[in-house]
Amino acid sequence: MIPAKFDYVRPSTVDEAVAALVAGGDDAKILGGGQSLMPVLRLRMGEPSVIVDTTRIDEMKGITDAGDAIVIGAGVTHDEVAKSPLVREHLALLAAATEHVADRQIRHRGTMGGAMAHADPAGDQPPVALAMGASFTIAGPGGRRTVPASEFFVDYFTTAVGPDEVLVSVSFPKHTGWSAHYEKLNRTAQAWAIVAAAATVRMDGGAIAEARIGLTNMGPGPIRATAVEQALVGASTMAAIAAAAEQAAEGTSPTEDIHADAEFRKHLARTLTKRAVAKAAGIS
Amino acid sequence: MTEILESAGVIGRPLRRKEDAKLLHGRTNWTDNIQVPGALHMALVRSPMAHARIKKVDLSGALAMPGVVAAYDAASLGDLNANVLCVWPVTDDTVMPPFPALTGDKVRHVGDVVAIVLATDAKSAEDAIAAVDVDYEPLDAVVDMIDAMSPGSALVHDAAANNTCYVYNLGGGYADAAAKADVVIKRRFVNQRIVAGFMEPRAVVAAPMGMSDEMTLWSATQIPHVLRVVLSLSTGIPEQNLRIVAPDVGGGFGGKLQMYREEILALQLARHLGRPVKWNETRSEDMVASHHGRDQIQDIELAATKDGRILGMNVTLLANMGAYLQIITPGTPLLGMFMYCGIYKMDAYQFQCTGVFTNTTPTDAIRGAGRPEATFAIERMMDELAAELGMDPMELRTRNWIQHHEFPFTTAAGLTYDTGNYEAATARALELFGMDELRAEQKRRRESGDPVQLGIGISTFTEMCGLAPSRTLGALKYAAGGWEHCTIRLLPSGKVELVTGTSPHGQGHETAWSQIASDILGIPVEDIDVIHSDTGRAPYGMDTYGSRSLAVGGQAIKKAADRVIENARPIAAHQLECAAEDLDFANGAFSVKGDPEKSVTLGALAWAAFSAHNLPDGIEPMISGAATVDPEDFSYPHGTHLAAIEVDTETGKVRVRSYVAVDDVGNQINPMIVEGQVHGGVAMGIGQALYEGVEYDADGNLLTASLADYLIPSAADLPSFTTDRTVTPSTTHSLGTKGVGEAGAIASTPAIINGIVDALRPMGVTDVLMPASPQNVWRAIQAAKGAGA
Repeated sequence: MIPAKFDYVRPSTVDEAVAALVAGGDDAKILGGGQSLMPVLRLRMGEPSVIVDTTRIDEMKGITDAGDAIVIGAGVTHDEVAKSPLVREHLALLAAATEHVADRQIRHRGTMGGAMAHADPAGDQPPVALAMGASFTIAGPGGRRTVPASEFFVDYFTTAVGPDEVLVSVSFPKHTGWSAHYEKLNRTAQAWAIVAAAATVRMDGGAIAEARIGLTNMGPGPIRATAVEQALVGASTMAAIAAAAEQAAEGTSPTEDIHADAEFRKHLARTLTKRAVAKAAGIS
Repeated sequence: MTEILESAGVIGRPLRRKEDAKLLHGRTNWTDNIQVPGALHMALVRSPMAHARIKKVDLSGALAMPGVVAAYDAASLGDLNANVLCVWPVTDDTVMPPFPALTGDKVRHVGDVVAIVLATDAKSAEDAIAAVDVDYEPLDAVVDMIDAMSPGSALVHDAAANNTCYVYNLGGGYADAAAKADVVIKRRFVNQRIVAGFMEPRAVVAAPMGMSDEMTLWSATQIPHVLRVVLSLSTGIPEQNLRIVAPDVGGGFGGKLQMYREEILALQLARHLGRPVKWNETRSEDMVASHHGRDQIQDIELAATKDGRILGMNVTLLANMGAYLQIITPGTPLLGMFMYCGIYKMDAYQFQCTGVFTNTTPTDAIRGAGRPEATFAIERMMDELAAELGMDPMELRTRNWIQHHEFPFTTAAGLTYDTGNYEAATARALELFGMDELRAEQKRRRESGDPVQLGIGISTFTEMCGLAPSRTLGALKYAAGGWEHCTIRLLPSGKVELVTGTSPHGQGHETAWSQIASDILGIPVEDIDVIHSDTGRAPYGMDTYGSRSLAVGGQAIKKAADRVIENARPIAAHQLECAAEDLDFANGAFSVKGDPEKSVTLGALAWAAFSAHNLPDGIEPMISGAATVDPEDFSYPHGTHLAAIEVDTETGKVRVRSYVAVDDVGNQINPMIVEGQVHGGVAMGIGQALYEGVEYDADGNLLTASLADYLIPSAADLPSFTTDRTVTPSTTHSLGTKGVGEAGAIASTPAIINGIVDALRPMGVTDVLMPASPQNVWRAIQAAKGAGA
């Protein structure tokens, strides 16, 4: 439980952080809230040569209204996200999913940006970012670039963020007036999702006008269930929702572990999608 | 006949625990907090393979690392290597392979120890073990018990043919009973492997004491007294030169009822090097290195008449020993063999257990140790028999249980239960549970095809506590006895030192033992100091496990306190100028019969016995009382636990909606401590039913190596329990107490699984594998649908 030796730097700007990463080479790691990195260090599953602590970078903090989008600094904690009036008003699905991250203590320490960059396939927010069409601002030695969620999540624990880059913020298009529900199946309250379905819908006259669906832990990264989204347009009954949700597992190849095999995960994707949409739409 | 203790005295009051202020303020003395100047830190090189021959161990890289003082493999450790001992060979031909602290020839489970490094600090030791180079030749791993016994299987130990450790038989006559039966049901249950999951990981500090020959070993153990004996036997260190201290210990649940190789290594190297040696395990090490528990395959048959009378029971077990035998590994499943009859009358009982070696972490006692497995089997079978007969499961139990007027009752397994009142506990539980309303809701949900079905889980359990009458242990070939000791000393100031041989690790003995002594001696609870868990200060004892501390140790306290009064009596008579038999003792003072104004307190007598200025002839200075009590019999707590279980049939997720536990643990010394034990026990048993389970892959790799994969429930996963007690005092224990440390964990597991099966039985489900995870529940439903189609 004792990490291997490492160097430690604590920059106060994004540029300094990038410089530290460049200097550190491939073995540098960013410390955000530490909720994923510290276990890796303590179990010696990773032995980085330098830790770049980003917790004192002001630019990575704060949640701001950018007109048609809400911009969340990568260093904002889960707790701040879940409780933010801006998030609750315009990004109901993000608030709902964030309330399900781990436990209260972890939500007070862990950061949303850290969870996105860690890209655990069982993470609760990546499918939300994917479903809501979020974009990620990444700073590197060559300046800044913006990557859509559809290109950000690459593979298991792998994102578009390069070894000498820092995730600065995530911008979510406003979904004002959309209702949402995050349906997560886990074995204990603090455990990772076996599977979860993130659904947000815009209702019009008792029927679903638009839907966005993301799936957690159904593959190497988050999955957007676009076929379900399209099939849901116009749905106003439980039967219609259930029929649309039947397509939730199509084309997925989920992992198998001690908690669930692929067959069970696919079944859960369908069941949880149905429930998430029904609850988001207020249809029973 | 033991009376029901009235709550007029200190006994029976829910006093706040003496221990808690210290715990809450962090003023605790965990083993890892013990700082001995000059200590070397020990780190262990553990096998990443389940079964392999060790070709070569190269220590040179580690020895070259900064801070490293020494490193050893089995060869270089030489004569300092010693064996972990098993003290319970259950049969004359039990195969007892050696279990060396460092293994030299082969590794036999993931986590087996090949080498150790000693360094000036923990970090250097941790760095250095990565530099030890071990060359392994992989061998076929033996993981599954049935495969292990198949011809041609690889062998964990060459001496154990078919990987069989022993075969134990008890009872008989089942075939005759079955021949007369209208109904015979057979089931196979898998009682899965679990970990103890104590909060404080294990830790050891071993230190030579200056220029003396004494070695002191601080260890996070449940058994300092037993450990002193077995460490002396194993290492050859004279027993009188060994002092074992269990400081504050953060939970045990049986997992610290053990002699561990790390204790041997720290002790031997501290003595050899003349320097203190310290070791503290990580949670990852704990998962592979602290013993596991349960892990049985149970083939159970029950024969009955068509009106539900049980005629006979046949139990055939495979019990997983793991790779080595630890202190009571072979005996652990046999602690359950007397309990398969539960609370029920039957004509015939037949039991066979086969101990099987596998390339897995050794198993041993965990909370209940054999009795949870037995109780699970009989309580599950009662529900299955009821379903087979189309009978209400509680009605079936009522028809078969021992009625309160039939005690003492000798069961088909040969135990004599002294007392019990299953009718009373069940009536109270039903009253608290609201059975009729829940059955009505269950019916509604079934009729409407609700995706969430409701099940009612019943467990009318009993267990045996108070380990144990020494003669019985001898007859079972256990090496030691089951007595307990207490010494009570009056100090000159009138305060009291109570020295117990029990060794608490969270139970609250300091409070409860003070209450017993206070009640008898009339001295305030806060003036009584309980001394324990240090063989230097409390030399005699058999420690804490098997719900024995109150059931056995409490009797020693009572007897010692009674002796204090008797030893003080002649001094009081001398002072009050009367005959000893003319004195009454009450509320901490002697008074003359018929003249209560003439009295003297125990405190005043303590000073008189200390100053010794005016003692009667022949009376020695100082007042104390000591007693060593061997229990007359086991004690038999029982109770009725009822669970309302919601099963989401679409996801397989189970929710315990409500849980009622009515326990009969006899007289209670501190009902608040009893309440805490019931809560914790029930939670632990629910943990086994729903969440916990050690899993290996086919190569013997541990898949549940951290608490992210091995799931333990928190408060968020459990309902608020409804608890109550009925009180039927034990007639074989002088305080009328029975024990409560394991009851909850024994009772709750079958209650939960019975509830799940009850919810799903209309769908054709008759069993669900533990832990009843969403996948296991969903698979059971799918299998039933498939079978029905």
